[in-house]
Amino acid sequence: MRRVRGLVLSPSAVTVMAIAAGAVLLAVGLELTGYHSGQAFRAMWHGAFGSWYAFTSATLLRAIPLIVIALGFALALKGGALNIGAEGQFYAGAIAATWIGLQVHSWGTVPAILAVWLASCLAGVVWMALPVLLRTRYGVLEAISTLLMNFIALSLVSYMVQGPLQEASGIYPQSDQIAEVARIPLIAGTRLHWGIAVAFGLAALIWWIFKSSQWGFHLRAVGQGAEAALVTGRIDRNRVLAAALLWSGALAGLAGGFEVSGVSHALYQNLSPGYGFAAIAVALLARLDPRGIVLSGILFGALEAGAGAMQRDAGVPSVAVYVVEAVVILVILLAGAAKAAGLGSRSPALSVGVEP
Amino acid sequence: MPVRFALDDITKRYGSVTALDGAHLLLEGGEVHAVLGENGAGKTTLMRVAFGLTAPDLGTVALDGVPVAIPNPRAARALGIGMVHQHFTSVPQLPVAENVALSAGWPARPGDMRRRLALLCQTLDLPLDPDALAGTLPVALKQRLEILKALATDTKVLLLDEPTAVLTPREAAGLFTFLRSFASEGGAVALITHKLNEVLDGADRVTVLRAGRVTHTGPAEGETRSTLTRHMIGRDITSPEQSRSVSGGDVLVRVADGVLASPSFQGSGLRSGSLEVRAGEVVGIAAVEGNGQRELLRASAGVWTLDGGVVELAGSCAFIPEDRTSEGLIPAMSLTENVVLGGAPGASWLRHAGPLTTIDWQAAAEASAKIIEEYGVVAPGPESPVATLSGGNQQKLVLGRALLSEPRVIVAENPTRGLDVAAATEIHDRLRRAAHNGAAVLFYSSDLDEVLEMADRVVVVANGRTVPVDGAPGRTRVGELMLGSRSPGS
Repeated sequence: MRRVRGLVLSPSAVTVMAIAAGAVLLAVGLELTGYHSGQAFRAMWHGAFGSWYAFTSATLLRAIPLIVIALGFALALKGGALNIGAEGQFYAGAIAATWIGLQVHSWGTVPAILAVWLASCLAGVVWMALPVLLRTRYGVLEAISTLLMNFIALSLVSYMVQGPLQEASGIYPQSDQIAEVARIPLIAGTRLHWGIAVAFGLAALIWWIFKSSQWGFHLRAVGQGAEAALVTGRIDRNRVLAAALLWSGALAGLAGGFEVSGVSHALYQNLSPGYGFAAIAVALLARLDPRGIVLSGILFGALEAGAGAMQRDAGVPSVAVYVVEAVVILVILLAGAAKAAGLGSRSPALSVGVEP
Repeated sequence: MPVRFALDDITKRYGSVTALDGAHLLLEGGEVHAVLGENGAGKTTLMRVAFGLTAPDLGTVALDGVPVAIPNPRAARALGIGMVHQHFTSVPQLPVAENVALSAGWPARPGDMRRRLALLCQTLDLPLDPDALAGTLPVALKQRLEILKALATDTKVLLLDEPTAVLTPREAAGLFTFLRSFASEGGAVALITHKLNEVLDGADRVTVLRAGRVTHTGPAEGETRSTLTRHMIGRDITSPEQSRSVSGGDVLVRVADGVLASPSFQGSGLRSGSLEVRAGEVVGIAAVEGNGQRELLRASAGVWTLDGGVVELAGSCAFIPEDRTSEGLIPAMSLTENVVLGGAPGASWLRHAGPLTTIDWQAAAEASAKIIEEYGVVAPGPESPVATLSGGNQQKLVLGRALLSEPRVIVAENPTRGLDVAAATEIHDRLRRAAHNGAAVLFYSSDLDEVLEMADRVVVVANGRTVPVDGAPGRTRVGELMLGSRSPGS
């Protein structure tokens, strides 16, 4: 153990290392391709944190879907299930939110908004139902089925905005604006909607579930030792997994609902700049800790916000920030693999030392 | 001319841990030499050095008086050293002939392979079907295949690591007959074993290791169980009083005509299992691996559900699964979390608020600290991962957790597997005490001697069917019943 332990860094060191490695690699890449990395980073900083308006209306606004989806991803992965289909569930939620949002013109604000949120959650659950069924009944890996459901969702959005939900004028492939009452109010002086408070509240709730509830413990047990959970814990693994995945879908759907009722107020294609995938990095960077997800969600929100500014002010294509996201995921995965190898490499001879 | 194989003054360190500390092993041609020792004493490391799997830090190896270097198993085989490992090393999807050819380095010509194998089987008098797939062979024949592989090249020294752990008494006796004949041709045999009877009955000489050092080496004749035990652990083991309880308690476990197909599709499954366990008694299950005992035990504990038949369980039941690191514990979780994992429904740390159940981790930590203290679990603390504990300490935690809620029924599946004598004795002691205090204990071990020692009553499971054993069960009688209708050997 002693030799191996040297390789295993503390979790927070890994996090810092992951972010630093991403930034350094981005800088090197920019310099090698003839951009001024200093100028690019300044533009990013300015776009993300340069002013209260930039922080709230660009960074935090983008952090909302990232945090909410990442919480759902973490919920599923705690139980050992990989929900790669958040993008699809996000769109399912967005479609449902738009549809409800177009019906509620005569409602009060609170019921209208709640109806939109509920509908988007349910749509996320519906979109997850098939993968859950396939997983629990036939053992089909949810990592594959949820991923494939993404493509169906994208096609469905495309169909919706050119068909049933297309704007009345029928010119552009987008929906009409949803009812005023169905729009989430904004925080004064910003474009940030109050969904941010819900996102923080959900993070607190899920943190508590992981820490203190018996269900949260069962979820972790299934994720870390499925056989022991079954034999020793007498935990119904399929039930726990199904619930975790469905909640995961509900959260991704809710993120889609937030985006429609808080930001775009209408449905169109490419509504998400890849939130469903970026959120995976957000959750992994935080090592599935809901408190950390809030922070890493804001960081990634800043990256997304900064990317736009970087393109505008320094002429660097905004896709460059995906380098950072990708490197973060790789470093975290490598650190995890090193840790797993460390724990698993106890040879019988090495265990002699701790024998009574 | 008889060989002499000598390992001298072998030292091997892993970091700060000394696995072997100047150990020696001298094998003479014509002898069967037993290597004894507790878990972690260095037996397997010594064998690995002899077979070139582990490079010693210090020490010499000599064959017929000539110092030799054995950097790898290939070199060992070239020198005429063969090894039968504790775990089977054949390719299950390949036929016997190809497995032997693969190991011996024979050219892969089908006719040729079969001819050479037939000759080998005949010479050694160990018949085996060359076309049978290795994975489908019964355990005893799988081991025969391993022996054929080890002897396929011109082998003078045969090393075996716990070869009888998976065999019935009769099969083990067959193995010793073979080893004896191999030795009588001038070969040398070294075998690791945990079973003292085998040393006393089957070996010529014995070398005992403790903490990497040889504490005794000499003829097996004149030794007794207690002298060997003293060499192994350095003191006498005082077995607790055999307070055989009077079985007049209530029936707490009843299985009637239980049927359960093997979930892993291995072995016979349970075809017709019936048993009763009363309060205050230890019922021992004797069976050869894969005969349905696992299904019977788990159905009794309510872990698996029977396909047919009835299970009646009166009161709470604790189950101790055989594989503690995959089924009994979650290695990455802390001791406390693992205590919570196996907690009874009414555990002290559970709090109920409406439909919501929460965990009071403070109370759970107290419970695990109590187990650590009471059972002498050596651990850095209740919050360190279970993976950092040794096997014996992990099993103490499993047992302490199982007994924490004072269950009325305890079902233990091979609870001393891989434990040294002292740890195993403590497990026995605790289980017997639980029975004495009124629990019904159902106990299975793959070691028949252990079952006979522990049990008030024995139930044999053979070929998926239970056979109750009346009266004081003799070892031979139980051994015969264990074989059931299955033919022994080929």
